[in-house]
Amino acid sequence: MANYKLQINGKSYEVDVDEDTPLLWVLRDNLGLVGTKYSCGIAQCGACTVHINDEAVRSCVLPVSAVKNDKVTTIEGLSEKGDHPVQKAWEEVDVAQCGYCQAGQIMTAAAFLKKYPSPSDEEIVEGMNANICRCGTYHRIKEAVKLASAKTK
Amino acid sequence: MEKELKTNRRDFLKIFATAGGGLLIGFNWTGCDSPKMKVVSDEEVLNSALNFNSYLSISPTDHVVIFSPNPELGQNIKTSFPMIVAEELDVDWSKVRVQQAFLDTEKYDRQVTGGSGAMPHSWERLRTAGATARQMLMEAAAKRLGVSVSDLKTENGHVIHGSKKLTYGELANEAALIPVPENVKLKNINDFKIIGTPVKNVDNKAMFTGQPLYGLDIYREGMVHAMIQRPPFGMKLKSVDAEAVKQIKGVKDVLTFKNNVAIVGDSTWPLMKARKQLKVQYEPIDGKLESTAFHNQVFDEMLNTGKGDVKRQDGDVRTAFSSAAKVVKSEYQCPFLSHSPMEPMNFFAHVKADGVELVGPTQTPDRARNAAAEICGVSPDKVTVEMTRLGGGFGRRLRADFVEEAVELSKMLNAPVKLTWSREDDITGGAYRPAVKYRFEAALDKDNKLIGYKLRGVGINAGNCTRENNFPSGSVDNLLIESLEYKSPITTNAWRAPITNFLAFAEQSFLDEVAEAAGKDPVAFRLELLDRAKSNPVGEIHYDIDRMRKVVETVAEKSGWGNKQGVSQGISVYFSHRSYVGQVAEARMVNGAPVLDKIYAVTDCGIVVNPTGADQQVRGGMVDGMGHAMFTNMTFTDGISDQKNFDSYRLIKMKEIPEIETHFIDNGIDPTGLGEPALPPTGGAIANAIYKASGKRVRNQPFMEQEEMKNVKLADPA
Ligand code: FES
Ligand code: FES
Repeated sequence: MANYKLQINGKSYEVDVDEDTPLLWVLRDNLGLVGTKYSCGIAQCGACTVHINDEAVRSCVLPVSAVKNDKVTTIEGLSEKGDHPVQKAWEEVDVAQCGYCQAGQIMTAAAFLKKYPSPSDEEIVEGMNANICRCGTYHRIKEAVKLASAKTK
Repeated sequence: MEKELKTNRRDFLKIFATAGGGLLIGFNWTGCDSPKMKVVSDEEVLNSALNFNSYLSISPTDHVVIFSPNPELGQNIKTSFPMIVAEELDVDWSKVRVQQAFLDTEKYDRQVTGGSGAMPHSWERLRTAGATARQMLMEAAAKRLGVSVSDLKTENGHVIHGSKKLTYGELANEAALIPVPENVKLKNINDFKIIGTPVKNVDNKAMFTGQPLYGLDIYREGMVHAMIQRPPFGMKLKSVDAEAVKQIKGVKDVLTFKNNVAIVGDSTWPLMKARKQLKVQYEPIDGKLESTAFHNQVFDEMLNTGKGDVKRQDGDVRTAFSSAAKVVKSEYQCPFLSHSPMEPMNFFAHVKADGVELVGPTQTPDRARNAAAEICGVSPDKVTVEMTRLGGGFGRRLRADFVEEAVELSKMLNAPVKLTWSREDDITGGAYRPAVKYRFEAALDKDNKLIGYKLRGVGINAGNCTRENNFPSGSVDNLLIESLEYKSPITTNAWRAPITNFLAFAEQSFLDEVAEAAGKDPVAFRLELLDRAKSNPVGEIHYDIDRMRKVVETVAEKSGWGNKQGVSQGISVYFSHRSYVGQVAEARMVNGAPVLDKIYAVTDCGIVVNPTGADQQVRGGMVDGMGHAMFTNMTFTDGISDQKNFDSYRLIKMKEIPEIETHFIDNGIDPTGLGEPALPPTGGAIANAIYKASGKRVRNQPFMEQEEMKNVKLADPA
């Protein structure tokens, strides 16, 4: 066990866990930040996506020891009032079915739009393709990313 | 109202009570009786032994709260059902709050999600509940104003008399004293204001900000985490070497029960690590272990020589086939499939001295309750079930195996337990869509009329793998439908649109083959059969011919059937879990390979309650049907699936979906469900379009792993 200091959603946290513990489980089991979801655990689905600094990262394969002083943002901290343009677009397009994958989709989209504020349709598909939605909400995800991009302009 | 979002049942009911003094009506929306209604007091709710599965309350502050008793797994019932109550109540939707009701073993009737059956079952009940409350509010207003009820009308949560307007909130107290009226008048469907408008998912905000909603999000004081290693199918536990594992920090214990090895600890990750180091040996229960090659052999042997269970027989197929001018014969096969909802199976159980507390995602809370009661030897009323939102279900959470495991562990450990299945557990854990193989034969006479039709299907633990009364039954003089079953240790279960999720593809592809052999256009051929069923029906007919016909005609019209240059179209139409769905897929040849561009879907589910939810269900069902038809395979070696996680168990991704255009035949008929209906026809529409474009007929799923599809690239949005 080792002690790690983490900067998450603008707050400091301390945890005592094994160094190979994925950030996902630290968030969920140790810190009560359960918005970040577990689905595959092997970086195949994107349900566990968080931001490390401004990059979308799969927290299920990121050992806590690798986080260091990097700024971690989870779905809970994406915006203070749940009003990030991506969250607003998701609400407006009514994207979710079961909703389980959507935190990861939103985090992926937010990081993607930060890098590419005005993406083409093809770029959106490229940027979002690695996130699985078992309910098949892909059409609406695409539409919501477009809307969020328009909103931020 | 903020406080009502608490997830503790006792708190919830208390707060509910303090918000009281208003009108509180109990009613059933899932029960089987006619809708009984009663005005109840807060007290009665608190000590409730009342047999209602839902409550509608109107507080003096004008807020309307509607309990939703059915588990929500993405089918949007938590939004669409309260809409129906609110419609008849005649309130402003923005004043409505929806609460997930908890399973109360005493209070609530059946609370199940599955089979697309909830909507047809509850439509009338939901409307009556809303209309009853409205009637009582009107009677209260009539009393207060000294006028007759017939001089009053309602609008947006107000009772109106001339220029006088009273809010429901101010009438709620008095309305509660009015006896529940026997007969209430329902709205004319043309006057609907909420039904038929797009109402957004009531959980959007919570989902999009990461609030704890799902079973895996449950954490309780003193809870231990558990994971279980289960035997491959057909094997039992021989020995466990858990010494190394027990040394891992965070692992508390390793226990065995019923051929399972459970690791428990204080958080999830140490258990996942321990799983990798755990040394478990299994041995076959009896005989040999099953693999895919063996299943293929079973299919062929049984199709050729097995004695079929005759499900439907019309006329005389023997004579029809011996006199036929042409016979078409084809076989179709599909693999097992895992449901693989994004949230893996999990459950929280706390076995206490005086009962059992269960919390988690289930489609059948009732079954969970009974299973827990049996394991613990207590009566079911000592078991409470709190339903979380489900991160998908697709039929998997109709079973209670994961609940039973959590209960067993909590009982053994004498502690609250959260059981988590890994993705690997989920995919290898059984309860699969059964693997099935069908043999179809059709006889055409010299005028290319369909005079004989045979279907013989073999399923592995599939029960009746046919749907003998579905189309084209009723339109063919001589017909024989037979089902055979092979019993395997590999467990199966209902999987979204059970049986039809593959049968529809096979049947709709085969009908295209027959149409081609008869030299007929696929749409014209289907219409000809429907005309035949209408004018001169053979045997019983279990589908509505006119509705089916309308769906075929509409999808042909919307897709511009037969009028498009450079595009190959394939049609599929199915009477599907009470609704009617027609789909036309379009493919184009690009560099010698078919590319899927678009699918049109026309659905007749009667009245469309919530257009945004309905569009979602249709799209979702089609993406599901397409993904599993094209990409997902599950093969077995020695009793365990070769695919264990999403790297090899291949789900459809965004890049692979074509454009989808949805239409609804909103015909004013009482609504039917939408969780399943759009899925079954999709595979057939796609396969028929691919054939039209490329000349390759793909009969086995997943398409992309078949010989016919070698080097074929599909659905690339190039
Ligand atoms: S849970 Fe991390 S990518 Fe699937
Ligand atoms: S909404 Fe259910 S998995 Fe995406």
